[in-house]
Amino acid sequence: MKDVKALVVTGFGINCEVEMQAAFRIAGAKADIVHLNDIFVGAVKLADFDILSFPGGFSFGDDLGSGKVLANKMKYKKMPDGRLFYDELKSFINAGKFIIGICNGFQFLVKMGLLPNTAGSFEQEVTLTSNDSYQYEDRWVYCKVNPQSSSPFLTGIDVIALPVRHGEGKLIINDKITGKMIIELGLNCLSYCDEEGNITPQYPLNPNGSDLNCAGLTDSTGRVFGMMPHPEAFLAFYNHPDWTRKKLEDPNHIETGEGLKIFANIVNFVKKRELK
Amino acid sequence: MINRIQILYKDGIPDTRGRKIAREAQNFLGIETGKIKSTKIYIINYDLTLDQVNQLAENGLCDKVLHNIMLNELLQPAGFYSFILAAKLPGVTDDEGISAQNTLSDLLGLTLDIRTQHIFSQELLYLEKNLSSSELQKIAETLLGNKLINHFEYGLLPVEALYLPEVKILQAKFRETIDLDVDDEALLEISRSRLLSLNLAEMQAIRDYFQQPEVRINRRHRGINRKVTDCELEVLAQTWSEHCKHKEFGALIHYENEQTGEVLEIDSLFQTYIKGSTEIISRRLEAAGNNWLKLVFTDNAGVVQVNKEQVLVWKVETHNSPSAIDPYGGAITGILGNNRDPLATGIGGAQLLFNTNVLCFGPPDYKKELLPGQLHPRRIFSGVREGIEDGGNKSGIPTVNGSIIFDERYSGKPLVYCGTGGLMPLKYGNRPSWEKKIDAGDLIFMAGGRVGKDGIHGATFSSAEIDENSPQSAVQIGSPITQKLLSDFMQEAVGKNLIKCSTDNGAGGLSSSIGELAQISGGAIINLEKVPLKYANLEPWEIYISESQERMTFVIEGSKVKELRKLAERRDVELTEVGVFTSDGYIDVRYDDKCVAWLNIEFLHNGYPRKKMEAAWQKQYLREPELINDEDYNVTLKRLLASWNICSRESVIRQYDHEVKGKTIIKPLMGRQGKTPQDAAVMRLDHESWQGIAISNGICPKYGDIDAYQMSAGAFDEGIRQIISAGGRLPDPDDKTAPFWSVNDNFCVPDSSYDEISNPDGKLKLAKLVQMNQALYDMSTWYNIPMTSGKDSMKNDFKAGDIKISVPPTILYSMVAGIDDIRNTITSDFKQAGNLIYLVGKTRNELGGSEYYRLYGEIGANVPRVFRETGLRIYKKMMAANVAKLIVSSHDISDGGLAVCVAECLFGTGFGADIRLSEDKLSKAALLFSETHSRFVVSIKTESREEFRKVFGSDASLLGEVTTEEYLKISVNNEQLITTAVEELLTSWSSSLQEI
Repeated sequence: MKDVKALVVTGFGINCEVEMQAAFRIAGAKADIVHLNDIFVGAVKLADFDILSFPGGFSFGDDLGSGKVLANKMKYKKMPDGRLFYDELKSFINAGKFIIGICNGFQFLVKMGLLPNTAGSFEQEVTLTSNDSYQYEDRWVYCKVNPQSSSPFLTGIDVIALPVRHGEGKLIINDKITGKMIIELGLNCLSYCDEEGNITPQYPLNPNGSDLNCAGLTDSTGRVFGMMPHPEAFLAFYNHPDWTRKKLEDPNHIETGEGLKIFANIVNFVKKRELK
Repeated sequence: MINRIQILYKDGIPDTRGRKIAREAQNFLGIETGKIKSTKIYIINYDLTLDQVNQLAENGLCDKVLHNIMLNELLQPAGFYSFILAAKLPGVTDDEGISAQNTLSDLLGLTLDIRTQHIFSQELLYLEKNLSSSELQKIAETLLGNKLINHFEYGLLPVEALYLPEVKILQAKFRETIDLDVDDEALLEISRSRLLSLNLAEMQAIRDYFQQPEVRINRRHRGINRKVTDCELEVLAQTWSEHCKHKEFGALIHYENEQTGEVLEIDSLFQTYIKGSTEIISRRLEAAGNNWLKLVFTDNAGVVQVNKEQVLVWKVETHNSPSAIDPYGGAITGILGNNRDPLATGIGGAQLLFNTNVLCFGPPDYKKELLPGQLHPRRIFSGVREGIEDGGNKSGIPTVNGSIIFDERYSGKPLVYCGTGGLMPLKYGNRPSWEKKIDAGDLIFMAGGRVGKDGIHGATFSSAEIDENSPQSAVQIGSPITQKLLSDFMQEAVGKNLIKCSTDNGAGGLSSSIGELAQISGGAIINLEKVPLKYANLEPWEIYISESQERMTFVIEGSKVKELRKLAERRDVELTEVGVFTSDGYIDVRYDDKCVAWLNIEFLHNGYPRKKMEAAWQKQYLREPELINDEDYNVTLKRLLASWNICSRESVIRQYDHEVKGKTIIKPLMGRQGKTPQDAAVMRLDHESWQGIAISNGICPKYGDIDAYQMSAGAFDEGIRQIISAGGRLPDPDDKTAPFWSVNDNFCVPDSSYDEISNPDGKLKLAKLVQMNQALYDMSTWYNIPMTSGKDSMKNDFKAGDIKISVPPTILYSMVAGIDDIRNTITSDFKQAGNLIYLVGKTRNELGGSEYYRLYGEIGANVPRVFRETGLRIYKKMMAANVAKLIVSSHDISDGGLAVCVAECLFGTGFGADIRLSEDKLSKAALLFSETHSRFVVSIKTESREEFRKVFGSDASLLGEVTTEEYLKISVNNEQLITTAVEELLTSWSSSLQEI
């Protein structure tokens, strides 16, 4: 069978590319870390990959707002053949392929207009901005998967524990129609919740004050997916802040972390689709 | 034409920035501002059409969901009365402006000069209340920036401010020569007026060098003026600075113990104790055929081997003086600068794995009147914290471990220790990665940021005391994004074998980096006109010693140049050839082929006169205090938990990314609710192996008031026991399975150079430094735990007029040890009700210097002493217990003693503890709060009891058990001393630092 191929984008201050690559590799894919400029000059082609992933980091130091400068770059950059890189991205999506953006990656997916893209116009509709605390926060949260979401990234997950590490994770939906569409289509695929899965606006369970307590979005196809928490930082059981106690309670625990499920889901989904 | 764009929030969008400033103005300054509306201003100094500016504003700068735009006019909002504009002074790093330039170039598809500053970012605030000029000034200067780097305008609306911080320098001088054939007083005046920080003997040595007939003849042959040039004098001052040459650690010291009559002649503290101890350990490892020590002391960071494929590169630095005058800039420059050390060790290109930071500040509630130039400790704290946050988070390096210590004596100069560890492959191609090899003919390249006036005299400045006239150019702001691009590029280039070796440009800039590298090949020619500048008209000597940040110096073979340039271009990194290495024995600095400096390398590096110093130890007569003995220990414990040195650091820790890379296994806070403080940090090395490292910091300056030797030994013990607590193992030269250890020693002391008038107790201070070094030697050789790198900072005094605030002598031991399998490491939180709680080690009557005595304003005399034999025995038993997997939780006992330690093990666990002590010798206070070293609180399962007892014998005693009832109960001889709900203790512990 053909390898599932994931492209892990890096450069300009992205800094979670190594764990993202590890996530895809452990999940059974072949993953290449590629500098964006190498894609811009055509040295690496998006079309050769099944999954495109945008890792977290501080692209351009979050200057002008998180993800903004890199979003602009991707939106306006011309390839050597004169085509816009952004059009390549659209073709990638239209070819039925998959995009995941995490943290900073989610921020530039939103600012480029790839998420939630309710109107299908690829224009920015919502934003991610300063946490209510006006602070960077590194803490573990729980996320509830929206049962309405059919995104292949989230198959079989109900509540998932993950770390958030951001200063600008508050989703603002300033437009009523967009808000309505997001809810109706179940695009708000992840919501901050308590340990039992009850969705809550309460700080710090909801670490940033997001509208709809939203931690992640998909587009209407479910194939473009972005989230603030970091599944690639929970690949091993031993990443969890309470692992030593959990290990004592359950000596037969599995050694992988919950975050790996998201990567395993999408890799398996592509594999299965290939088989069909 | 200059255009101005203002970005403001739409109605209904929360202005969290404005709210935060309003809250801080109220809380910290007592100023009622009313609502604050925060806006951004971008001044655009490119030749653009209005339409282009509009496109930049609409698509580049504004977030359509959040913002509205004003173009070339400013909002004058109704209902607001005052404004503050915060801009950056000319030449200050403005990353946001540069990012806007990037976006402009992407947006319009224009080829613009984006490497020099044309867009300037500023902040304009509107305040609801009608505030006085002095109130606005206070808000501006304490909450929005620092007048050393910011330009402020404030007043009542309407606002008309248009400030363009363009750097303009009149035509620069090319070169000056200075006549040194003058008397001693005039020599000293030259040193003073040029901020050289050279003393008379050093100035005389320079004068004598230039008077040597041979030097004169050689200069004449080359057509160079016989007088010293400005550049030569600057290069010598930089190279000979205390910061670069560690003259005091290399000095001849006459040491007298006035109590015992003992006299010692110490030929260099560094050679005798630090290098001396590592050499002994290295020989022991060598003899056993087990030498994991690969590179010590000679390069930017020490190198040890961690497995068959990798080496660890580990360095800790301080950045104290800059942090005292600009806390944010000082700290971010410190951490980014320290990152460059492991990055530029050997060939270079290490993958940076973690940061640590240890900070010493004055107490946040400091009430004394501030001296001229002195910043309030709370401001220093918050600025430094933010600098570490940005420096670490934006670089994608987790800040995994650290410590904050408060003492009034740090309120003049704070101590900011930044540590960074990274991994290199054992070999690049077939060359050891830590090798630095340079041949004549190899080319010198500079990469990364550009050169400006930043930090000129940084190396000499940090070697001097701070006063109210400290030069503005000593302040720099780091640019994490520039460095991230540079380090990504470097790692890629090294992987492709394009770089022969590298070093970073830190203090002393090119002069320091090239000067050091040139020793390897035997000389260098530098062409300063090629160095890319931030702005025109720098003098050649300024270019050469400028400390502009985020720069690397690479050694490149001619055959690799083309490929390297191509890669640099592809990665948006500026790369410039600036010279060539030679072997003629000279540093030859030129500008447009004219000589600006020509110095013999041997003289440059070894021509300075050896320093001689005097140390005299006198016993201090201290007594134990007599305290009333009917205190309520519930209250005492809560006061201790809330005290500055013990209270929770969570508000700080949560703002540091401590788990980027996904390799942090023991984080600073763990347990069910992520509240339990941990000892050492543990990281895995790779996502597909279980091998790891433990990282700890040992520091306890407070004991130095009683005994400097015990303080240093105690700090060393603390570093070890934190790693043992987390499940680490001691090294053992004879056991090839024993882990590597690698330690950085960082001394920060007050001026210890005796002077009858300016430093009358200098001999005593130096005696304390000697004793701290003796403890280092004794501990290091006893445990076979080697120093691999380190640093000293010798003038940590803040002076204003006649008043001097000096730090207490401080030593930090930053330790890293190998961990075989991170799955077997141990955290401090109690985990199951019914588990038995033990004290490992014995409590002695050692309240001297304790946090308990501090509550009463006392120091005492019975300082915790280190007993190495006991420590070694106990640590080996801990290791044995861990092999048998007996220990469920472990926490080392330090500040606040046993009672605080047990409380910490409970935080966030949902459990309580019932502790029953019986004792006939120690006082209740000593039992509860004594800070005796080499102790742990551990918990075990009841069924492990027998086996545990067999391992520990009398070295562990049963304290009680973990309970479901969420109370901490402690009794002594059946008298119930403490019964407090854990929630109440947690509240005391959590509140103090929450709003800082």
